Amino acid sequence: MRLHEYQAKQVFADAGIPTPASGLAATVDEAVAAAEEIGYPVAIKAQVHVGGRGKAGGILLADDESEAREAATDILGMDLKGFTVERVLVEEAVDFENELYVGVTMDRGEGKPVAMVSTKGGVNIEEVAEEDPDAIAREHIDPAFGMHPYQARKAVYDAGVDSAVARDVSSVLTTLYQLWDEKDGSDAEINPLMITGDDEVVAADAVLNVDDDALFRHPDLQEMEEEGGFGGDELERKADEYDFDYVRLSGNVGIIGNGAGLVMTTLDLVDHYGGSPANFLDVGGGAKAQRIANALDMVFSDENVDSVVFNIFGGITRGDEVAKGINQALEQFDEIPKPVVVRLAGTNAAEGMEILNEDLVTVEQTLESAVQRAVEYADDVAGEEVDA
Amino acid sequence: MSVLVDEDTRVVVQGITGGEGNFHTEQMIEYGTNVVAGAVPGKGGQEVAGVPVYDTVEQAAVEEDADASVVFVPPAFAADAIFEALDAPVDVVVAITEGVPVQDMARVKRAEQESDTYLVGPNCPGVITPGEAKLGILPGNIFSSGNVGLVSRSGTLTYQVVDNLTERGIGQSTAIGIGGDPIIGTDFVDALQVFDEDPDTDAIVMCGEIGGEDEEEAAAYIDEHVDTPVVGFIAGRTAPPGKRMGHAGAIVSGSGTGTAESKIDALRDAGVPVGDTPEEVADEVEDLL
Repeated sequence: MRLHEYQAKQVFADAGIPTPASGLAATVDEAVAAAEEIGYPVAIKAQVHVGGRGKAGGILLADDESEAREAATDILGMDLKGFTVERVLVEEAVDFENELYVGVTMDRGEGKPVAMVSTKGGVNIEEVAEEDPDAIAREHIDPAFGMHPYQARKAVYDAGVDSAVARDVSSVLTTLYQLWDEKDGSDAEINPLMITGDDEVVAADAVLNVDDDALFRHPDLQEMEEEGGFGGDELERKADEYDFDYVRLSGNVGIIGNGAGLVMTTLDLVDHYGGSPANFLDVGGGAKAQRIANALDMVFSDENVDSVVFNIFGGITRGDEVAKGINQALEQFDEIPKPVVVRLAGTNAAEGMEILNEDLVTVEQTLESAVQRAVEYADDVAGEEVDA
Repeated sequence: MSVLVDEDTRVVVQGITGGEGNFHTEQMIEYGTNVVAGAVPGKGGQEVAGVPVYDTVEQAAVEEDADASVVFVPPAFAADAIFEALDAPVDVVVAITEGVPVQDMARVKRAEQESDTYLVGPNCPGVITPGEAKLGILPGNIFSSGNVGLVSRSGTLTYQVVDNLTERGIGQSTAIGIGGDPIIGTDFVDALQVFDEDPDTDAIVMCGEIGGEDEEEAAAYIDEHVDTPVVGFIAGRTAPPGKRMGHAGAIVSGSGTGTAESKIDALRDAGVPVGDTPEEVADEVEDLL
């Protein structure tokens, strides 16, 4: 899960990392009131999970009340790369001399956390990593010991941070690592960490992404997730309710399968045979009939979908349960909304084939032939739509 | 012959009294696996699926000579269970549990690197040597004994590829599901190494997917060290950046690392044929043998 900026800042501030004075607002009046209290100039920042908010117009500066009103009016309710802005953070605009980057993440290749510092803050750090990798000082942390104080200092000095603020930046990095560790972070970042003319350090942005698999031991973060609202579109919300691993794509062949690798392979095959996948949907292991019916409902809800390929290779998933679910989902329709191609293999596949109502679906024996058939159907439907 | 597990492997099941642990223990025994014990704290003295349960893995190792463990305990306790197995010690630990926190796995990895134990998983279907032993949840009936070693990050994709091989009458020496998490025990390089050293493995199939750089590292390793011919497959060519495709580890980062293209190129540069479809993978293997 990803915390919103205002939530991450609260967590950072509670841990002692300096952050600018700020207030959260859901209406223009609330935003103006917050700005008046903080004092101008202020930055008004959209609270949505979108990278590059500033460039997209989601962050505006205001020097007085009328500008604050105008900025809040522009940002609240705006559509930012598919997300509607419901809240803004109104924040003291920091007058800075320098911008640093500090972050902690898991280096999966090494299997170890890595702390990072760069004097090239304020820009997309992934671009810096690619174009000028030496501009980022990296210190791997032994997870058995945690970060030693010297490691924080070393990263800061290696990055070439000005010695006047090195101590304070080390302290911020140490706290950031502790938070990352304590909260089961996947990424914790401050970009930029601003250095003012008086050599004060201030976290002008805050990122804290948390491992979903560890949320069970962080009730406080679960609450923040609920309060922050669900970010995705309607279909992703639905997938969340049904508890599916679902990713919406732009094509017209709906895809349902079991197991991430096999579902990805099915997507790739759709592409290989000249079609275009509409989604990734993994029903997971051991799905029962109702879950299978939910998956079909999910894919039928996507108006871009022209045909569906159902590819199940049963290990702990049983073919008879899958067939029951498909029948259950399709028998409620007078007319099947979109052609469905089914391929069943593995555990109880033969039993499943017997149960499956072949008046409602097209059955194929192999993965390749099932995908080809679904692509043909999708082409036919898309063709008819063009004719009509 | 085979790698990691065979008919002599003596298995202790951690979490044998849970629903999954119980069911799959019966399945493993039915397949012919030599399951000798279960280990569940507080359940010592009981019997499940005809095998004795001990309170600790060490007791099972001492009393029943268990030398491999399969972990079915829930995610919150999985790391602890793996630590216990590493300390017992046993030679092989297969962790089936899905959803182990990544930071827990970083600590486990640290301990695993200092031990002589092979950890497979977590979030994996397990390891099977057809006709001898299966440690995990793989459907035994689709496998057949033969000379192709298989290593894969995905369970059901493994079944698909095995199915394509079996159709052509090509059997497997051992199949290792290494799991789809960002931090895992045995990786491609480890698996390639044991297969390459196995005189009865004449070809190796590796099924990778987007995310991380394990496949690229495997390609470099193959280029330098592996004599046994390898055929590759990479899932996720159509995956968009920044979206997690089911597995926690299957994600193309925003900066473009972990793409299918980079992995396919690395493998091909190392002389490894990469199939566009599972069918093509089987074709390549058939040509090689």
